[in-house]
Amino acid sequence: MNITELWSIFVMQGFAGISLFSVLLLMGLGLALIFGQMGVINMAHGEFMALGAYTTYLCSSIVESRFPAFLPYYFPLSILLAFALSAGLGALVEWSMIRYLYKRPLDTLLATWGLSLILQQTYRSIFGAREVTPTLPEWLMGSFKPTGNIDIPINGVFVLGLAFAVTAALTLFMFKTSFGLRLRATVQNRAMSNAVGINTKMVDRLAFSVGCGIAGIAGAAFTTIGSTGPDSGSRYIVDAFLVVVFGGAANLLGSIASAFGIAQAQSILEFFLEGTKGKVATLLFIVVVLMFRPQGLFPSKVRSS
Amino acid sequence: MLFLKTLFKNRTEVVSASVLALLLLVIFPLFLPVFRLNLFGKYLSYGFVGVGLVLLWGRCGILSLGQGVFFGLGGYCMAMFLKLEASDPITTKIQSTPGIPDFMDWNQITALPWFWTPFKSLPFSIAAILVLPALLAFIIGWAMFQRRVGGVYFAIITQAIALIFSLGIDGNQGYTGGRNGITDLRTLLGWDIRTTMAQYVLYFVCVLLLIACALVAKYIINTRMGRVLMAIRDREDRVRFSGYDVASVRSFVFALAALFSGIGGAMFVLQVGFMSPSLIGIVPSIEMVIFTAVGGRLSAIGAIFGSLLVNLGKTTFSEAIPELWLFLMGGTFIAVVMFFPNGVAGLMESPWVMRRFETLKAMFLKKGATPSTPSAVLTEATTTEAVTIKHVTEVTK
Amino acid sequence: MSGHKDFLLAIEGLGVSFDGFKAVDGFNFYLDRNRVHVIIGPNGAGKTTVLDLICGKTKATSGSIKFKDSEIRGLKEHQIVRAGVGRKFQNPSIYENLTVFENLEISHPNGRGVFGCLTFRRTAEVMERIHAVAADVALLEFLDTEAGVLSHGQKQWLEIGMLLMQDPELLMLDEPVAGMSVREREATARLIKKISGDRSVIVIEHDMEFVKEIADRVTVMHLGKILAEGSMEHVQSDPKVIEVYIGH
Repeated sequence: MNITELWSIFVMQGFAGISLFSVLLLMGLGLALIFGQMGVINMAHGEFMALGAYTTYLCSSIVESRFPAFLPYYFPLSILLAFALSAGLGALVEWSMIRYLYKRPLDTLLATWGLSLILQQTYRSIFGAREVTPTLPEWLMGSFKPTGNIDIPINGVFVLGLAFAVTAALTLFMFKTSFGLRLRATVQNRAMSNAVGINTKMVDRLAFSVGCGIAGIAGAAFTTIGSTGPDSGSRYIVDAFLVVVFGGAANLLGSIASAFGIAQAQSILEFFLEGTKGKVATLLFIVVVLMFRPQGLFPSKVRSS
Repeated sequence: MLFLKTLFKNRTEVVSASVLALLLLVIFPLFLPVFRLNLFGKYLSYGFVGVGLVLLWGRCGILSLGQGVFFGLGGYCMAMFLKLEASDPITTKIQSTPGIPDFMDWNQITALPWFWTPFKSLPFSIAAILVLPALLAFIIGWAMFQRRVGGVYFAIITQAIALIFSLGIDGNQGYTGGRNGITDLRTLLGWDIRTTMAQYVLYFVCVLLLIACALVAKYIINTRMGRVLMAIRDREDRVRFSGYDVASVRSFVFALAALFSGIGGAMFVLQVGFMSPSLIGIVPSIEMVIFTAVGGRLSAIGAIFGSLLVNLGKTTFSEAIPELWLFLMGGTFIAVVMFFPNGVAGLMESPWVMRRFETLKAMFLKKGATPSTPSAVLTEATTTEAVTIKHVTEVTK
Repeated sequence: MSGHKDFLLAIEGLGVSFDGFKAVDGFNFYLDRNRVHVIIGPNGAGKTTVLDLICGKTKATSGSIKFKDSEIRGLKEHQIVRAGVGRKFQNPSIYENLTVFENLEISHPNGRGVFGCLTFRRTAEVMERIHAVAADVALLEFLDTEAGVLSHGQKQWLEIGMLLMQDPELLMLDEPVAGMSVREREATARLIKKISGDRSVIVIEHDMEFVKEIADRVTVMHLGKILAEGSMEHVQSDPKVIEVYIGH
């Protein structure tokens, strides 16, 4: 193997890592928002992602059968719809279940696991156990070929762009809107926020919904790189948790850095080690680092009383 | 007498323990066909994990989503011993390399890997079952508890460890049997474990060991250690400032829970006859938590009942209406967490049930006198002098 | 190092900074045996931080803390407790789900290791001690009450009782009479004077009457540093102290 070929492999493998990075980032962002806000780990987060994916599939089926001319345009719309549906379900879940469990984070973990089982079975009953794929619009298929050896798939670029767009939107939301300010205030001092008139209950509900909505977007994005089944959600959930914990949980920058690190490490290791050994090696590395530095890469430096 | 007093704090506990013992030792063996009894034995092997979780999670507040790892370690140790016994050169003479397990042969392995050889000895295997899970738990626990990792972080990390473990075993078919696991186990030192007689014996061994573990757990709960565990759960800072090394206590209880789980894994293998990574990963580990949650996370007896109940439900429903089962299980998780945090055991000790119990007892006693209670821990605050004095004389005997 | 070798507690140059903010700076403090030493000062002066540093809750960034002549700075919390230091927190820090009896019992110094916890027995000595301490803190009638239902003042006393069970040579109380009625304050003052017979006590308080009642010596802190030190009269007439308390 010569240098150009090795380099091409690196670039392409690196790019495979980038797609994984985008998915992990999108899932991690939603989780980090929820965890940072409420200390709640949502074990059903993967199922909210799957909801987004199934929404896209539904959109594609409907468009294909009823409005075929619309096919090239439906995708961005389905992304919005995925966000809306997942956020809506998130609000419902928060209202009916999560808000009673705020003081008990471990119990929330278990309750949301139960929710994930219910959602998975719902998907199985409605869509069947087989994996499905929406019909993707033409402009998403194919790849760039900057050089003879390098093949960069367009859907990968799209998903990466989407991930960055969402991250930018979230950052703007958190730091430039008044709602974002209220959210950050509640995270830092709930009692005081209540005292100055911030409706922390609504803040919580909105934060949870937005987090789930982002998962929905992740799901829509995910359909471009893989097929969707009832347990697709559980495929990335442990990785998403580790992204959040490894990155320092309260922190946008941390999530980005750790999603990138984990995704790259995994795809590179997967190339050199056969089968699942690459994933095992990545996980092992993360766990060992966490044992020595449990606060993650970029912990928040708040003095606890 | 002091020992028994330490073991059972009040009448309800004596009753529930007796009921359990009666069911397990007498009623089930008498009335169930051996096939079903063997199935119950399998459920009970999960009970070992449950008892450990009562101490670890219920009492000390440490949620581990990776108990399957320790269950699996114990199970694999036993499976390796049994497999080696079933792979003697005569039985395996049709293999390219006789004398090694069949799956190794299929994977073109020509010599027994070094870490398999010690498992040719039963004493070593038993020692491994008792030591390895506890040792691994102690190391992992110590590393994390020293750095004050707790709560949700600890749970996620244990889940990742469960994933590492199951993927690691799954992906190394030559060395571990891979996804299919280690199967076709036949004899234990020449004694065939698949005969009916063997199944009865193994069932009773399992029950006795489980009861022993439950008694150890109950004893611990009623000593100072039990109170310290609860104190750590509720106010870990104060415990440090009372002079306790919280990290040591947590590591101890994590290792103990792992020990129980390992024994459970070994009993599982003996009764069911195989071990595979699908029994030790993320999903089984969290199921073991739900057995404990349903039965009662504060009660060792409750956890055992929980294992039986949930597994019975699983077998019944997943055969009859598989789609319904996942809904039911998910719903159970949510219901238990939101409405019955102390599980069935908690319901049994609720004031409503207690009053019915007292009424029944009064009916039987027919005296109309108030039944005498032993050194019962009252749930309502009472401040009478009489109670205080009784407390003092009771305990200084 | 000063020539006196029998200070119970000798602190020199103690300091801690959080991200550049010096919460405590250049703190020197010498405590004799069987004395009550009160630290006062406006909010944010660093008083609680000093106690946090001594008991190991916060890590100091500079200085030395010597207890009975051996360095305790850098030790873990439970090691410092076992050396003989007891700390009471501003908000009553008791075990709400255990009874008063169990709260006191768990504070008994026998059997604090894993093995000790498993083999701890309620011997006659233990029982006597629990009852004696409970009587001292006026909770004898409440031994079987769940600690969570006690009143605020009773919880404060329970926490003091738990510390007495530990039998420390240095007792540190952070605002022990906050939220107490006048009668309760008087009782607490008597209690503190009684227990200082066998041990030293550091108290942080704001109630000047109470301080006058119990203090052998007073230290005034301001902005992380010591402003004045001496007897209550000396400190109360110090112009710097007056300015800090009444000035702005």
